[in-house]
Amino acid sequence: MKKLLLTVLALSLMTACGKKEKEAEEYNPAADPTATETTAKDPSSYDPKRGEGKFTTVELGATLDQAMASKGEEVAAVKCTSCHKMTDEKLVGPGWKGVTERRRPEWIMNFITNPDPMIDKDPEVQAQLEICLVRMPNQGLSDDDARHILEYMRKNDGVK
Amino acid sequence: MKNKFVKAIFTIALGSALLTSCKPKNSSDAVSGDAAQKAYVAPGKYDEFYNFVSGGFSGQLSVYGLPSGRLFRVIPVFSVDPEKGWGYSEETKPMLNTSNGFVPWDDLHHTELSQTNGEVDGRWVFGNANNTPRIARIDLKTFKTAEIIELPNSGGNHSSPFITENTEYVVAGTRFSVPADYDNGDVAINTYKENFKGHISFVKVGKEGEMDLAFQIVTPGVNFDLSHAGKGKSHGWFFFSCYNTEQANTLLEVNASQRDKDFIMAVNWKKAEEYIKAGKGKKQAVKYAHNKWNEKTHTATSEIKNEVLVLDAAALKDICYMIPCPKSPHGCDVDPTGEYIVGSGKLAALIPVFSFDKLMGAIKDKKFEGEYGGIPVVKYEAALHGEVQKPGLGPLHTEFDGRGNAYTTFFVSSEVVKWDIKSLKVLDRVPTYYSVGHLCIPGGDSKKPFGKYLIAYNKITKDRYLPTGPELAQSAQIFDISGDKMQLILDFPTIGEPHYAQAAPADLIRNNGQLKFYKIADNNHPFVTKGEKEAKVTRQGNQVHVYMTSIRSHFAPDNIEGIKLGDEVYFHVTNLEQDWDVPHGFAIKGADNGELLIMPGETTTLKWVPKKVGMYPMYCTDFCSALHQEMQGYVRVSPAGSSVPLTWSVGTNLPKATK
Repeated sequence: MKKLLLTVLALSLMTACGKKEKEAEEYNPAADPTATETTAKDPSSYDPKRGEGKFTTVELGATLDQAMASKGEEVAAVKCTSCHKMTDEKLVGPGWKGVTERRRPEWIMNFITNPDPMIDKDPEVQAQLEICLVRMPNQGLSDDDARHILEYMRKNDGVK
Repeated sequence: MKNKFVKAIFTIALGSALLTSCKPKNSSDAVSGDAAQKAYVAPGKYDEFYNFVSGGFSGQLSVYGLPSGRLFRVIPVFSVDPEKGWGYSEETKPMLNTSNGFVPWDDLHHTELSQTNGEVDGRWVFGNANNTPRIARIDLKTFKTAEIIELPNSGGNHSSPFITENTEYVVAGTRFSVPADYDNGDVAINTYKENFKGHISFVKVGKEGEMDLAFQIVTPGVNFDLSHAGKGKSHGWFFFSCYNTEQANTLLEVNASQRDKDFIMAVNWKKAEEYIKAGKGKKQAVKYAHNKWNEKTHTATSEIKNEVLVLDAAALKDICYMIPCPKSPHGCDVDPTGEYIVGSGKLAALIPVFSFDKLMGAIKDKKFEGEYGGIPVVKYEAALHGEVQKPGLGPLHTEFDGRGNAYTTFFVSSEVVKWDIKSLKVLDRVPTYYSVGHLCIPGGDSKKPFGKYLIAYNKITKDRYLPTGPELAQSAQIFDISGDKMQLILDFPTIGEPHYAQAAPADLIRNNGQLKFYKIADNNHPFVTKGEKEAKVTRQGNQVHVYMTSIRSHFAPDNIEGIKLGDEVYFHVTNLEQDWDVPHGFAIKGADNGELLIMPGETTTLKWVPKKVGMYPMYCTDFCSALHQEMQGYVRVSPAGSSVPLTWSVGTNLPKATK
């Protein structure tokens, strides 16, 4: 009998506020901000040759496009050369000398337009971060800006 | 027998369990068990509403999340803010210019979100300056004060910055009546009745938000307190509460509380527009500042204007009507349908509710009881829908939930009372801690309230928080009003005095095209430095201009020599970053003003006049990267007449070889 009473008491305590708790869940539909933005982060899907971003293949001319390279130089002066030298010397980030020989053009264009995910995933970029300790900022480059900068990098690497 | 006994025990057990587990006993446990869940927003999750809370005597506007009560940002508006360089950088100084010169402080009482078709639209929030009368417009894409306009002929802009349902106008009414700026103000104070006038201002708001003082209406001298626009059927009208219809000029506490009724002044602003078209306005010579922020040059400009159009309420009979309202009305709130106008006589023990339809009928049938200063006074009963009897003590302000209910705050009895607008019956009441002033329901003064939360803004907190000396936190309290009964779910302390606030759904604002950074290509600041190549230092006489850049994590230039005592140095710092959330700061030793906080792509200027010869370090104040502490430089200051040449560099001024 005593046992029954205790059970009744316990049950009544539990139910007394139970309804409100259930309502509380309905009252809290604070939109999940990350739900739409988070995509599957499967590191195995990362292609270290191409990088990650909107560029899959980039057609390069056999010779240098001088006009594009000049535009690239202008953009770089505002957005890049505070941190990158044209030589192989590191400033804040690594020097640009030889970059077009080390990296595929699509990797370069992906990295300069979409740095954050690549810094998180690319093993070589992560190794670079250990040296530089400053994450390369997203400088808000347009697709054309990125292509022009690539051409300027080619010029810097001796493409005629 | 046994069964009966068991049943009795069961009943007692159940009863006592219910009583002890949920019933509030006193102020400290007036919160029921699930309150924390209702106010809890998990780490990384967003709040449901933005809450724009006036900072009262701080002069600023703070932005909180609801229901968490988390503080996101303090937007500097009318007071200088050395943290953000507001009023200290050369670019922002003109924003605080007035006809009295640079004014570094004010008292921001009310916020009002812009509306379209009577619904909150998420474009701008307005704020009023109570002391040196002004209205500010804050852009909700940048969360920055974009424009400030001063109001002539005014003293204490209190019944402001309330708007019409399409943000056609933002209004202001003078709290202190004063002799008009266009009249002689050098008169004896006790000639109030003869020389003091009220002016209410209608400021036109353009498509891009730009403000223009369209006209003022001159009225008898009284104190205007609060106002709200008609909506829906009453669109085209504006209602202003006023007290001190006794026209006292001293000891207002007693002398302005003599009359049984003061007034709510109903203003037909569409009629006023017609009179202006008909040329009935009179241009008067005044002086007021109009300050605008330019997003392209990252610079404010201040223009002094010299004229305002004034309409005379006594001469033009059908613009203004007085509705008698008991005992010094304070709040003046219009329900979502536009039919009911709630006046809160702050010294009355009832709430009068007026009917717009009845008011129109009374005006049409000339049911007047006389005139006040030449303005027709409508008979009280002719405009009255009814009175809420014995609702509490000291009614102040009312907002609405869109479900036919009104919620009124009571300062003296420290409570919020929920009542039915049509039947005028009191439905529920909850205590507040303590002395509540304004309240806010998201969209609660619009056609479309979001009646889920109610926030009470309290003047006194006494024992609610850990003590902090003689000055204690002021606070807000959030109630869940989605059920029949209001339920307290959270207290949160606020900056300054949380005088009034408005709130809007989070998505409306966060999806309005929030600016993440300024495009460097669009930066038209006259001293912009687009890339380190352009970094330089120039001298014109004793004025030195430093064209400086900042990027993670260095300045260019970071070594400057050749500055001399007597020089005025202007650091024009351009933040070259083009990414969200990467501001840089700038500070230099001995600067007798603030720091700079420079948003990505922005150019901002700090004026620095060194007072001693020596070496002056400068550094970035906003933690920017792992090498933030390396983001520093030196300025060498030499005596006046020194021959040290002006030089500047970054990365090339290498250590001198030692012998």
